[in-house]
Amino acid sequence: MGEVIWTTLRLAGLTTALLLVLATPLAWWLARRRAWWKEIVAAVTTLPIILPPSVLGFYLLIAIAPQSPLMTPLHAFGIRTLAFTFQGLVIGSMVYSLPFAVQPIRGAFEAMGPRPMEVAATLRASPIDAFFTVALPLARRGFLTAAILVFAHTIGEFGVVLMIGGAIPGKTEVISVRIYQLVESLQYGEAHRLAAGVVAFSFAALLALLLIGRRTDEAVR
Amino acid sequence: MSGATDGAAVEGRFAGRFGRRVGGFAIDAAFALAPTGITALSGPSGSGKTTLLRCIAGLTRVPGGLRVGGEVWQDGRRFVPPHRRPVGVVFQEPSLLSHLSVRGNLDYGAKRAGQTRVGSKAEIGFDDTVDLLGLAPLLGRGVANLSGGERQRVALGRALLSQPRLLLMDEPLSSLDAGAKAEILPYLERLHRSLAIPALYISHDAGEIARLADHVLYMRDGRIVPGEAGPTLEGVDAAARDRLALAALRAGLAP
Repeated sequence: MGEVIWTTLRLAGLTTALLLVLATPLAWWLARRRAWWKEIVAAVTTLPIILPPSVLGFYLLIAIAPQSPLMTPLHAFGIRTLAFTFQGLVIGSMVYSLPFAVQPIRGAFEAMGPRPMEVAATLRASPIDAFFTVALPLARRGFLTAAILVFAHTIGEFGVVLMIGGAIPGKTEVISVRIYQLVESLQYGEAHRLAAGVVAFSFAALLALLLIGRRTDEAVR
Repeated sequence: MSGATDGAAVEGRFAGRFGRRVGGFAIDAAFALAPTGITALSGPSGSGKTTLLRCIAGLTRVPGGLRVGGEVWQDGRRFVPPHRRPVGVVFQEPSLLSHLSVRGNLDYGAKRAGQTRVGSKAEIGFDDTVDLLGLAPLLGRGVANLSGGERQRVALGRALLSQPRLLLMDEPLSSLDAGAKAEILPYLERLHRSLAIPALYISHDAGEIARLADHVLYMRDGRIVPGEAGPTLEGVDAAARDRLALAALRAGLAP
């Protein structure tokens, strides 16, 4: 059981870290561009919220299968497929949770408005300098919200990990899948312990989010 | 406190349109600022004062030319980005960086100006600025609990410490109530006496202009129109002419 929990936490932690890095430039671009067609990009990045996990899992499986055009360039490096691997699971989780990272960060950048970056420019900060010393710190609550959402959402995913992970113990078997298997084999006691843990964790995550939201409201003049 | 350069005069002209449809806004403004002293930029709302200020700071890009103290900031080929222009800007709202303390705000521009300044003579010192604007009791505080007047004083100090060769102020008092205005005006007058760089001060308050400005530019429909500072009052409507005359009288100029 410890192994399953460790795999799950490792997956959620890695997904959160990588996704925050990946989502930040995307969220910045979406927040700053004025062109209407940027919303096409926004819609694509939001799709995982409403797509059935089986649909997402199906296409992800095809994308990381050996004959996929995305994988063939990697054959030279000895990587034939990412299906049923932990790395594949990380990639799948990142796609699955992408909207939960992009939305809060984009919202935080938009709430900030253009003024702080203009102030920074008039104080001699180059755009990159201003991004790191003004935009990132001002959007910190958006990042915190994104991190909690992505972490919790990754813990909660089931369909995608089942389809592309294959529940290999020690490698790709996560808590949600283990609970399913325990229930299938009528081991309710074991299932209870894991399930209750997930409920407690999810409650704590949501409570943290609401408390962050409260602090944001109070900070508004 | 002494300024950065001697004989820094500012000359510029911007001509361009915003918005393609009806209701778009056009600017066609040519102006010059004296090497020292405060030049007030007055005119009705929507006449393009803020746009002109943003063009000078490089925050808005409009075709034109701008030369500050013999240095080209913009012409047909070059456009110096805002962070490479030694310009201090005080916005209409204080716009302090809310994640930094008062000292952090003051240091933000000062640090960066120190890194990029090349062979400049005198510097606008931290202690001088803190003294001039009465910022000492505020230094360790966060910016969230400052009053409106305190915020604008910090914004002004922050702009000065970025070692500007040109100071731009966009109605810095308009967001303040009467009490806060009365509190900050003496600081601005002290600044006026010690400032050795040209400054542009947007306002349509005749009282403020009379107390602070050495020259007045008047703007209407995106153009600088001859006014108090220009050769004639032609093209200025009666009410505006009266305001300018009043400002001139209060400033102690002969009619």
